[in-house]
Amino acid sequence: MHKPSSVRDPLVTGGKTIADVSHDISRHVENKPAKLWYAAMAVSLALLAFGVYCMCMLLWHGIGVWGLNKTVGWAWDITNFVWWVGIGHAGTLISAILLLFRQKWRMSINRAAEAMTIFAVICAASFPALHMGRLWVGFYWALPLPNAFGSLWVNFNSPLLWDVFAISTYFTVSLVFWYMGLIPDFATIRDRAVRQGAKTRAAIYNALSFGWSGGAKTWMRYESVALILAGLSTPLVLSVHTIVSFDFATSVIPGWHTTIFPPYFVSGAIFSGFAMVLTLLLVTRKVFKLEDYITIWHIELMNIIIIITGSIVGIAYITELFISWYSQVEYEGYAFYNRISGPYAWAYWSMMTCNVISPQLFWIKKIRTSIAATFILSIIVNIGMWFERFVIIVTSLHRDYIPSSWTMFHPTLYDVGEFILTIGFFFTAFLLFAKFFPVINMAEVKSILKANSEQVTHAEATEKGVPVTTDK
Amino acid sequence: MTMNADKHFILGVFNDEDVLMDAVKKVRGNGVRIHEVFTPFPVHGLDEALGYRRTRLPIAAFLFGLTGTTLALVMQIWMLGYDWPMIIGGKNFASLPPFIPVTFELTVLLSALGMVATFLIVSDMKPYKWPRQFDVRSTDDKHVMAIDLAMNRGKSKDDLARLLREAGAEEVHEKNFED
Repeated sequence: MHKPSSVRDPLVTGGKTIADVSHDISRHVENKPAKLWYAAMAVSLALLAFGVYCMCMLLWHGIGVWGLNKTVGWAWDITNFVWWVGIGHAGTLISAILLLFRQKWRMSINRAAEAMTIFAVICAASFPALHMGRLWVGFYWALPLPNAFGSLWVNFNSPLLWDVFAISTYFTVSLVFWYMGLIPDFATIRDRAVRQGAKTRAAIYNALSFGWSGGAKTWMRYESVALILAGLSTPLVLSVHTIVSFDFATSVIPGWHTTIFPPYFVSGAIFSGFAMVLTLLLVTRKVFKLEDYITIWHIELMNIIIIITGSIVGIAYITELFISWYSQVEYEGYAFYNRISGPYAWAYWSMMTCNVISPQLFWIKKIRTSIAATFILSIIVNIGMWFERFVIIVTSLHRDYIPSSWTMFHPTLYDVGEFILTIGFFFTAFLLFAKFFPVINMAEVKSILKANSEQVTHAEATEKGVPVTTDK
Repeated sequence: MTMNADKHFILGVFNDEDVLMDAVKKVRGNGVRIHEVFTPFPVHGLDEALGYRRTRLPIAAFLFGLTGTTLALVMQIWMLGYDWPMIIGGKNFASLPPFIPVTFELTVLLSALGMVATFLIVSDMKPYKWPRQFDVRSTDDKHVMAIDLAMNRGKSKDDLARLLREAGAEEVHEKNFED
């Protein structure tokens, strides 16, 4: 039996019935996309095309086309890598961790957030692969396969290799989790196509749904699989950014080798991920008219997570500064002094403003329930988080141990181009997803409709004690 | 499984999942065997009401995970400890702590992939298979209870239809499959 709550806001507004849910979500798959979709697609494809050009130049000439030098050997590439992996984390947090905590508000947003995770991880993985200079060897040199150097194996003591395993496992498991969620919804679209007489669409979506029937026994197994996948994904997502932070934390570079990195990176990842989810969903709900499913309450809850994780990130920044002084290690102290007052101070203070100060505005209810303010702040947070990685990476490297090797990093067209490549890919993939796949998990939303729709919540609030038996 | 020339079913179509739950209990209480209930979303407690045994997929997930753990440890210890030992800061060739991340990842990977593959196999799901569709609305907004006449030889069609209506079915249909 469902127990409607009289204290929480409804999760679905607008008096929706179960049939409305199928219709509202599936019709975007069935109908031609809006003009705005074509416009957005054109922009994304243009960015992608420019990125592909830059990638071809990079592969042809080698990574010398990037602005790296002998002091700053890692810059935009690894910054972008960490930024994209971080963005991916919100999808898994929403779909796995919030499932384990039985947070039902995740149900309207988990599908799009997981899609974002998958595309973001692909973008992230492209950077280490491109950094190898020869993309085609990247796939097997990084794996423990017998190779051309005799039986010399990959080094399992290296965090860079742990990254290979972490990122590929994360990608695979997220993909499987996301796809499992899509299966019943593909069947809904298939059966609507059968009723509409669209044979080709029915055949395609049947294949995509693996011939789903929706029997109680299958649902029982399905729920069990979903719960275990959530249980596996939860430590997995925490491990991924932990391992990414090990790339830095296990080194001996001042500014990098700090034990605070794993939790600091994970909260930063969730922080930036939620910002990206908001950026995408605020546009999606508007274009696809999903305001009744992704309500202001959903947006407010996501903004609250942004305050929490943003504050954790802020505490981490301050702790780093404190420890660099308290440890009395000369190199560590200089690295941080240089960060806040050196030639890259502008980047440090942009990061501080975007990540620590701006999310605090969400304490004001008017701001965290305002769509315009949320949209602007979500973009500011994403910019801030990109700067965080840039600051950690470049400011720790550019002033080496010997002042004669001190230098600055200047990005070239190809540094920027590779970033644009991933931006173009990300939005192209997301737009294709939004057109051909159901953007909201229909089956899950239907399962909570009875207890969480507007009419039930209101009925319960006005006539306390009257049992609610229908969803009409 | 017996192969009949024709498959005859009586279907009860329900609008509400709570009515459906009561109906399942009522129908089974009358000694009728239910073939399956098709719902657009997971209805909690339906598996228990139908008397299904709990799925053993968690055990499969655990065993696949254990395989991943073993495989990862054996691979790393053999490669770096025996096949090609490397001196790294004078440490043990096969030291456990640096092997933990990869071991964890492979445990999760094999557990997830193995469990999902098992799920697809035991549920007989594949891309090129059309399911037997009793009522296409069962993935939209209707719950469909299918009663196999061959499994309930003692009951007449009319009795079953009456029972379904009394239990709260909005519609009662007959459905034949020729396979």
